[in-house]
Amino acid sequence: MAYALQQLINGVTLGMIYGLIAVGYTMVYGIIGMINFAHGDVFMIGAFVSLVSLLGLAALGISAVPLALGLTLLGAVAISALYGWAIERLAYRPLRGSFRLAPLISAIGMSIALENYVQVVQGARVKPLAPVVPGGLTLMTEGSFAVQLGWMQVVIVVVTLAVLALFTWLVTKTPLGRAMRACEQDLKMAALLGIDTDRTISLTFVIGAALAAVAGLLFLLYYGSIDFYVGFIAGVKAFTAAVLGGVGSLPGAVLGGLLIGLIETIWSAYFSVQYKDVAAFSILAVALIFMPTGLLGRADVEKV
Amino acid sequence: MKALREAALSALVALGLFAPIVGLRTVPGERGLMLAPQPGLVAVLVGLVFVGRLGVHAYDRLRPPPGRAIVGPRLAAATARLGAWLAPALIALALIWPALVGRYYVDLAILVLTYVMLGWGLNIVVGLAGLLDLGYVAFYAVGAYAYALIAEFTGLGFWTCLPMAGLLAALWGVTLGFPVLRLRGDYLAIVTLAFGEIIRVVLLNWVSLTGGPNGISGIPRPTLFGLRFGSDGPGSFAGFFHLTSSPMQRIVFLYYVILGLAFFTNLVSLRLRRLPLGRAWEALREDEIACRSLGINITRTKLTAFAVGALFGGFAGAFFATRQGFVSPESFTFMESATVLAIVVLGGLGSQLGVALAAIVMIGGAELFREFADYRMLVFGLALVVMMVLRPRGLVSTRTPSVALGAPRVIGAEMVAQGRG
Repeated sequence: MAYALQQLINGVTLGMIYGLIAVGYTMVYGIIGMINFAHGDVFMIGAFVSLVSLLGLAALGISAVPLALGLTLLGAVAISALYGWAIERLAYRPLRGSFRLAPLISAIGMSIALENYVQVVQGARVKPLAPVVPGGLTLMTEGSFAVQLGWMQVVIVVVTLAVLALFTWLVTKTPLGRAMRACEQDLKMAALLGIDTDRTISLTFVIGAALAAVAGLLFLLYYGSIDFYVGFIAGVKAFTAAVLGGVGSLPGAVLGGLLIGLIETIWSAYFSVQYKDVAAFSILAVALIFMPTGLLGRADVEKV
Repeated sequence: MKALREAALSALVALGLFAPIVGLRTVPGERGLMLAPQPGLVAVLVGLVFVGRLGVHAYDRLRPPPGRAIVGPRLAAATARLGAWLAPALIALALIWPALVGRYYVDLAILVLTYVMLGWGLNIVVGLAGLLDLGYVAFYAVGAYAYALIAEFTGLGFWTCLPMAGLLAALWGVTLGFPVLRLRGDYLAIVTLAFGEIIRVVLLNWVSLTGGPNGISGIPRPTLFGLRFGSDGPGSFAGFFHLTSSPMQRIVFLYYVILGLAFFTNLVSLRLRRLPLGRAWEALREDEIACRSLGINITRTKLTAFAVGALFGGFAGAFFATRQGFVSPESFTFMESATVLAIVVLGGLGSQLGVALAAIVMIGGAELFREFADYRMLVFGLALVVMMVLRPRGLVSTRTPSVALGAPRVIGAEMVAQGRG
């Protein structure tokens, strides 16, 4: 019982991070119908910027944890958003109207390039970081097993919920959000009605990248180590989450993230750690085959 | 003036992009990680972006207006003639290659030819049928492990195991193909990617069968009609022909084996293109809905494309295993799939000659510039992006349709966007 509760806590924490990344996938897919393969790598860039920023602030002598974390969050979001914008501008925008596979191939190229760019400039080694927010609560003890709720986990859940609330407000209540939803429904019609679709698409990438950067910072804090390859695996899992929740549906992405986080944690705890990635990938295949619209998605009819 | 302002803006963006990631390198220090500033490198990169943006601006002004082909009809005809010459010249060069160069270059040619073969195999799936397969390395791995395991447990030789390895890989191709039949292009890509990773993780963790990360060693070498290489005496190649044994004989033999396998792949895909099946593949690539409404069996078309592509991947894998004498999951990462995909894309998605040229340039080039090995995948990735932006149909980008009403026309890459390619 206690063990299961602990896994539940860990799974939800992990799921929050996946959910944040998944939102970026689902937004871009909803609006221009392409899988932004490089999104996982933007997440990785966000984690690296966070690492650099935390180290830099420590070197400057800023030791107050909330201040350091706040500044890092702002820095990571700003730089990653810039990356998101630049990627869209350079690799995707020139391809609008090109043949079907072109944007996807371009995205794969961008993902490979970003991974190896970080490997070249930052080195291939795993980068460790000492715990920034140590300690936690002991919720209950059962025999010798104590259920821990780390302060870090509390921070992750609170930050994720706050960011998602802000994001929901942005999408539902602001003119930009309205433009985004209009573009998602019908890009051509939105353009005819005077919406600057290029700008809207750019901003979609920027917002997605910002969410991924938050996820990157939280991932770095939670695991305490990153390398240039984290974006690939986390990206595929977050994409799985987006598919599971229904591509195009924003609450679905968060729900899917939570499910993937829980499944992965429980699989590692009760079956085998080695095969945890196999579990996530199999879910992706099974979900796509038997439930292509996901949990909250709507059926997509292809018209000629 | 406008150009200068835009270039300055781009440089500013580049400063934001590069300053934190390139400018502050994390290095292990005494107490955890330390930061090592590299302002010079950032300055160089930002300067390059500034100059590059000005260059793009100048290029934009020189470029002909859209709708007119960059390459005029005369130049296109000239390149077509050159292409007609290039292929036989390359084949002739390939045939006499071992007589011309030393051991290192024969070894390099074996590596290049392995990728040419993989590229031609993947070309059937991606270039002809238009199914983006990001897990092609899985079939390569299945072929390699199938040969290694069959040889280990039954003691059969390379030539007996080769078809078995190919067929096993094809079987996996169909097994993967079945569930993903209904998926659209991008979803298909992700599922095949997941499949490739699943195979690798299983190979890595099924220690009792595959040896896990240690892999399988001592894989038997191929023989020439039962004649062994690398030893003297009866039953060996050197003994039979009364030669002195040298390691070069085995390498040259391996070279001709992979050359033969590659030619076989090429021949089969060229012939298949002329069959109704091959035409169905190309039709499928252009428009699945139109294909279905014309009564083409989508299931059979997709599955055969997967199976044939996987078959050649399996052959290449078996060859890889026998050449190395050793297989481990390390050789079958996603980057390998990406490399093969890059070769196919740069080669022009469907062009046999283009794939061969791309493999020569990318694999041969990467080997010759060894000291820049770290930059190899970075360049590959950027090349994919640049290729898609500038020439979406690849380096060799004019294609004659296999079937045409009236006189066949050469279609330039400019028209591809309109769906006429």
